[in-house]
Amino acid sequence: MSDYNPNYLDFEKPLLEIDNKIKAIKTSASASQRDLDNIESLNKDLQKNINKIFSSLSDWQISQIARHPLRPYTLDYVSHMFSEFIEIHGDRMFGDDKAIICGLAKLDNESVMLIGHQKGRDSKDKVYRNFGMPKPEGYRKALRAMKLAEKFNLPILTFIDTPGAYPGIDAESRNQSIAIAENLYQMSKIKCPIISVVIGEGGSGGALAIGVADRLAMLQYSIYSVISPEGCASILWKDAAKANIAAEALSITSEKLLNHKLIDRIVPEPLGAAHRDYNAMYSSLKSNIIEMINEVRSVSLPELLESRALKISSYGQFESQ
Amino acid sequence: MSWLDKILPSRIRATKDEKGSVPEGLWHKCSSCGAVLYTAEFDKNKHVCPKCNHHERISARKRISIFLDEGEHKEMFNDLSPKDMLKFKDKQKYQDKFEQTQNKTGEKDALLVFTGNLKNIPVVVCAFEYSFFGGSMGSVVGEKFNRAVNLSIELRSPLICFSASGGARMQESLFSLFQMSKTSAALAKLSEEGIPYISVLTDPTMGGVSASLAVLGDINIAEPNALIGFAGPRVIEQTVREKLPEGFQRSEFLQEHGTIDMIVERKDQPEKIANIIKMFGFKNDEKI
Repeated sequence: MSDYNPNYLDFEKPLLEIDNKIKAIKTSASASQRDLDNIESLNKDLQKNINKIFSSLSDWQISQIARHPLRPYTLDYVSHMFSEFIEIHGDRMFGDDKAIICGLAKLDNESVMLIGHQKGRDSKDKVYRNFGMPKPEGYRKALRAMKLAEKFNLPILTFIDTPGAYPGIDAESRNQSIAIAENLYQMSKIKCPIISVVIGEGGSGGALAIGVADRLAMLQYSIYSVISPEGCASILWKDAAKANIAAEALSITSEKLLNHKLIDRIVPEPLGAAHRDYNAMYSSLKSNIIEMINEVRSVSLPELLESRALKISSYGQFESQ
Repeated sequence: MSWLDKILPSRIRATKDEKGSVPEGLWHKCSSCGAVLYTAEFDKNKHVCPKCNHHERISARKRISIFLDEGEHKEMFNDLSPKDMLKFKDKQKYQDKFEQTQNKTGEKDALLVFTGNLKNIPVVVCAFEYSFFGGSMGSVVGEKFNRAVNLSIELRSPLICFSASGGARMQESLFSLFQMSKTSAALAKLSEEGIPYISVLTDPTMGGVSASLAVLGDINIAEPNALIGFAGPRVIEQTVREKLPEGFQRSEFLQEHGTIDMIVERKDQPEKIANIIKMFGFKNDEKI
C-alpha cells in the first residue's frame, strides 16, 4: 500500500516511506516521548534524502516537478499571497475560458491585475480547466484585463503554467493564432509594468501569449520551452520516450535559461520543491514579486517602455559574416 | 495491377504512376492532380498548375523574383547565419545540420529580405524558404524580419511578407519562441509609423509563425488552398480524437472564419497588393 502514491514521482519514492512513518506517528493517539524523538531522526533522514535527490536532478526530473500533481497552481497563490481577489470573467466576445483566470488582486498595499493559467487538481477539475490549455477567448480575456490595467495604471502580474494553447477544432475556428499574436503585439506596447512568472510549465506560444514582460522570472523548478520534451522527442528522435534526452537538449530549466539571459531571475523554491512547503513558496514568491514591482516602479513609464522594446528586440543569437 | 488497368493503353496508365516516373528537368508533374506539364510552361505559370490551379510551393528567391518588377532587386542582411548557442544535438548536431542545409539550399537561413519595386512602388519584401528547416523561425529569421521592419521605416516603404513555415525552430528552443514576440513588437512599431504591412500566407503557415508575424498584417492575404493554422492537423486529431472536417485549416476555411481578408492567386498578387498599397496612399517612385 505504502509504495504507491500518485502524488509522489518515481524519484521521490524514498521520501514516501519516511513521510508515511512520520505521518503514522503523528496521527497515533498514543505517541510516546520515544516516538517524538523518532520523528526528529526521521526528519533528519528526510532532509538528507531530499538533499540527495535534489542535488542531482536531471532536466527531465525538473520537468516532472514542474508538472507535479501537488504543485501550487495560480489559484493557490491567489488565496494565500493576496489579501483580496476580485475575479473578472469573459472576453466580451465569445465566452469565459476557465484555463485562464484574471482579476484585481491586492498584494500588501499594491493593487495589481493578476492573470494566470489555471490547471485542475482532480479529474473533474482538470476537465473544467481544460488541463490549463487556453482557447482564443482565454487570451482575449487576458488582453481585456491588461487593457483595464493600462487604463488605471496597475502593474500586470502574469502566472504562466500551461502545457500549451489548446489544439482543437473550435480553438482553430476562432483563430487561436490571431489571439496569441494579438497579445504579443499589444503587450509589447502596453503602458503599464508587466511582470511574468513561470510557476510550473511554460508551454510554448500558449505561455508566451501572457508572458511578454518587463521582468520575467521562473520558479526554480519550473520549465519554459518552445515545445514539450515529449513533442520534441517524437519529432526529432521519432520516439516520445526519448523525452529525457530532449529535455536536456532543449535547455528548459530556470538555471540554463538564466545563463542564456532569457529570463531575469530565479525564484528559489523550498527544500524538496514548492509542493513540499506551500507557505515557504508563497513567501518566497511574494518577496520576489515585491522586489520586481519596486524595480519597474523605479523608472518612468517612457523609460520602462523603451527598455521593454530593447529587451524584446535583443532576443536571439546569430553569426554575421 | 487490376485486369482493368492491364487493358488500358499505357498512355492512360502513366498518369496514375507514382512521382518520379516523369523525367527530371523537362517535365513537371503536378503534385495535386498529376497532370504532366512542360517545366518551362510550369515555370512561366509561376509554379501554378494550369489544369487544377494547385499552387505549388516555391522557393523564396523565385517567389521574390516573380513578385517584384523586373530590374534591380537588392538582397539585404544576407550576412546573418545561424549560431548553435545551445549546442543542440538530436541524431545529428544542429551545427552540422544547418551547414548541410546551407550547402544544399544555397541559403543561409529560412528568410530572405529584398528591396525592389512593385509596379514602380519601392517596397521591402520578405519571403520564407520552406526547404530550409521547414521555414522554421529561429534567431536569424527573427532578426532579419526585425531589420526588414526597421528598413521599411527608414525608407518609408511598405513591407510585404510571404510566409511558409512549420513554426518555431526547435533546435534554438526558447530563443526561437522569443522571436514571436520580437517580430510582433517590431510590427507594432511599424504600425505606429503608419507604414503598411501586407502579409501573404502561403502553404503551409503554422505554429509560431502563424501566431505572430503572419497574421498581423494590415491586410492578410492567403494563396488558394494553403494550410494555415496554429496547431498541426495531426496534433489536433490526436487531441480531439475525431476526423477533421473537410477543408479544415485551408485558406477558404480561414476566410470563412475571419482570419484572412482575401484569397489571391499567385498571378494576381503583384497587381492586387500594389493596388492596396496605392489606396493606402503610397505612390509610385517619383525618381523614375
